[in-house]
Amino acid sequence: MLRFLVRRLIVALLVAATVMVLAFIMTRLSGDLAISIAGPNATQADVEAVRKAYGLDRPLVTQFFDWAGRAAMGDLGESYFFKSRVSALIGERMPVTLTLGISGLLIALLVSLPLGILAAVRENTSFDRVVQLVALLGQAMPSFWLGLLLMILFGLKLGWLPISGTDSWEGFVMPAVVLAFSAIPALTRLTRAGMIQAMGSDYIRTARAKGLSRASIILKHALRNAAIPVVAIAAVQLGFMLGGSIVIEQIFALHGVGFLAWESIAKNDFPVVQSVVLVLAVIYIGLTTLADLMNAVLDPRLRGA
Amino acid sequence: MSALLEIERLQVDFGRTSAVRGVSLTVAPGETHCLVGESGCGKSVTSLAVMNLLARGARRRADRLAFQGQDLLGLPERGMARLRGNAMAMIFQEPMTSLNPAYTIGSQMTEVLRRHKAVSQRAATERAADLLARVGITAPGMRLGQFPHQLSGGLRQRVMIAMALMCEPRLLIADEPTTALDVTVQAQILRLLAGLQRDLGLGLLLITHDLGIVARVATRVSVMYAGEVVESATTADLFANPRHPYTQGLLRCVPVPGKVRRDEPLGAIRGTVPRIGPGFEGCAFRDRCDFADASCARAVPRHAAGATHEYLCRLAPGPAKTAA
Amino acid sequence: MSIATTTTGPRRGWRSAATWFGAAIVGIAAFCAIFAPLLVPHDPFAQDLGKRLLVPFWMEGSDPQHLLGTDQLGRDYLSRLIWGCRISMLIGVTVSIVSGLIGITLGVLGGFLGGRVDDAVLFAITTRLSIPVVLVALAVVGLLGSSMTLLLLTLGLLLWDRFAVVARSTTMQVRNLDYVAAAWCAGCSRFRILTREVLPNIASHLVVVATLEIALAILLEATLSFLGLGVPPPLPSWGLMIAEAKDYMFFSPWVIMIPGVALFVLVLGINLLGDGLRDQFGARSEP
Repeated sequence: MLRFLVRRLIVALLVAATVMVLAFIMTRLSGDLAISIAGPNATQADVEAVRKAYGLDRPLVTQFFDWAGRAAMGDLGESYFFKSRVSALIGERMPVTLTLGISGLLIALLVSLPLGILAAVRENTSFDRVVQLVALLGQAMPSFWLGLLLMILFGLKLGWLPISGTDSWEGFVMPAVVLAFSAIPALTRLTRAGMIQAMGSDYIRTARAKGLSRASIILKHALRNAAIPVVAIAAVQLGFMLGGSIVIEQIFALHGVGFLAWESIAKNDFPVVQSVVLVLAVIYIGLTTLADLMNAVLDPRLRGA
Repeated sequence: MSALLEIERLQVDFGRTSAVRGVSLTVAPGETHCLVGESGCGKSVTSLAVMNLLARGARRRADRLAFQGQDLLGLPERGMARLRGNAMAMIFQEPMTSLNPAYTIGSQMTEVLRRHKAVSQRAATERAADLLARVGITAPGMRLGQFPHQLSGGLRQRVMIAMALMCEPRLLIADEPTTALDVTVQAQILRLLAGLQRDLGLGLLLITHDLGIVARVATRVSVMYAGEVVESATTADLFANPRHPYTQGLLRCVPVPGKVRRDEPLGAIRGTVPRIGPGFEGCAFRDRCDFADASCARAVPRHAAGATHEYLCRLAPGPAKTAA
Repeated sequence: MSIATTTTGPRRGWRSAATWFGAAIVGIAAFCAIFAPLLVPHDPFAQDLGKRLLVPFWMEGSDPQHLLGTDQLGRDYLSRLIWGCRISMLIGVTVSIVSGLIGITLGVLGGFLGGRVDDAVLFAITTRLSIPVVLVALAVVGLLGSSMTLLLLTLGLLLWDRFAVVARSTTMQVRNLDYVAAAWCAGCSRFRILTREVLPNIASHLVVVATLEIALAILLEATLSFLGLGVPPPLPSWGLMIAEAKDYMFFSPWVIMIPGVALFVLVLGINLLGDGLRDQFGARSEP
């Protein structure tokens, strides 16, 4: 178990380091950053001054290790546009994105677990077919379009929910639902498939032969085994949701990390952009590592590995 | 003594194929009734039909299906669940996959007792440890805390047996309990089952394709072929005086040390088991039988060859004919 | 004890109908994409400020000249929709080819060679999955300026993970099959075994991935274009059409409905076809 943990952590660190390199390279692809920072009206002397001020005259490798070394200590540098610490900026915006992502995941789980379980237990009935159809339709639904449709319906026509902003919890409802919608098809399909497999297994026959109640058979014996892949995917989905929340935040004008990234991309504010990429990647890595550990708790066979 | 389990003309259909066609048998308390036949003859389906554990899509009907005089056919699932694992328990063929990998042995064993009887977790754990010791598992306390994947196949099957005994069942159905195991372990498990059956006086319905096992443990044998019981007799009678050509064929396939000579070829039954569709009539064995004639395609009579010996064949009782 | 659960008829029929429906949609979309210049009733780029925001045919006061109405600059919506289909299909197919080349190469190498190479491939897949796709694509396009080529390359470089995962696992399965072992024993070269034994056997799985990948690329392109960092205007991408129409959606909802429904139906069709192909190949690979 300990060896498994250590191995997992080493891989996680290596992945994080690789993402750092990639994020750094990405921001340098555009050529001379000093020119874009200095702005369109800058003279040659201004550009030189900017280059010197931001340390862009040093070799790329030096620049990278300088950034990476500070980033490892939690210092992500300074934003060119907002003129404040990047870590502070991200820290300020993160609660909105996390609220959105976690409530999105909760909604997705609350919808897809019961749907997947019921569809599996009633395999091949019309209920099952409807669930599969909904999953299929959900998969094809572009989330930004769904967001706009909900805005028209609930914001304008019915007037139940605010169209944008985070003044109250109601502002989170539509964005969280839209975000959840992107994860529901995959989670439902996986729950259904896992439950069908578990329900057909020999140990479920044993459980029935033991005269256990239907609830105990489904929820205790089948779900425990079907949940193992679902936990892994749920963690991955939360990572995708945090990354994908940039779209939702932009539509509903929620000032989260995604919105920050969006603003920074428009302003060529590359320290912020590369830091957001790095932070989201690290969160994703952390989540998948956590999912592995949770699976080891759920599946005793993994503990020996 | 009245019968523990009574099955009369049990029929199980999957779609358009009939897996079990009019099987009748009884198990008395304290008796070991062996159900013998090749794979696919409907033995397992019969046992699952008794427990009402058939896969979805299977249709079950019978003239009578009763346990301790109580009708099982009209019993709703809830009532059936109260009997299962409690007064009637079952052991399966696949010890490797029949235990839930996610829970400890102890939790899976105590669960049955706590479901059916009002006992404390502590008392249930004690009984589980007791039974594990009884089925020959050393260090039962340690085993209770282990997960199925930490146990060998033989140990897992012992756990399955101990688990089936948790509620002191009156009837135990064992579906090929030793097939998946090594020969040495097989013998141990069989001795164990026979001993438990003697000590606890429970009725045992043992399903197997191994005639060696039958000879050692059975009080009564029913031979199944293509979904029907073709012959039923006490063990001694069946081995000494097989009437149905299929039973005779089966017995010839088993080498008996001392009786079978080295150069003599072992018997074999030609052909394969037919698929029984709707509207099938006559003897299902006729295409493989040396004694078949045109009348075998019509309904076959059930003959008695003594008070406890029945068989399903057109051949009249009398001096047994044996094939050359 | 093996009682096969009986496969029921209606499900099969339902499945195959869905597959045909998907194939029909994909067929129509492919037709529109290829023959777009011949099919469009108007120039999709021609503005006519006198005919702004005309309503589509099912609404009161529509212009028979413009079946689906016009956008905020008076451009014919039907023409832009057909042209948008061309863009979507072009992006879907090209991205799928680029990412397929990368993913299949990595996956087959990892699965076939195993050992250190496979560790490296797995690491690459893990790293790729930890990178937020939308954000990075937006950042690259935002920092480098939007162009079709850049968009295609960026998406292609970001979406190869599923190809790699599937190619790797199927290659591993095939590698361990008896006839491949036989080919080894017969002294065939690695290259020959790869091209003659492995690739043909994993091709069907890869076709399924490719269809699903096309759908994903189309959705992503629409998302990026919607955010203004995808296909450069005035090209009529469906995502861009929705973005441009967003300001008018509260008064004339059809402006976002039409391209949205088109996008939804196309992606649904491709997914249905992909699922159908998977069932088909899955059933065939069973003995």
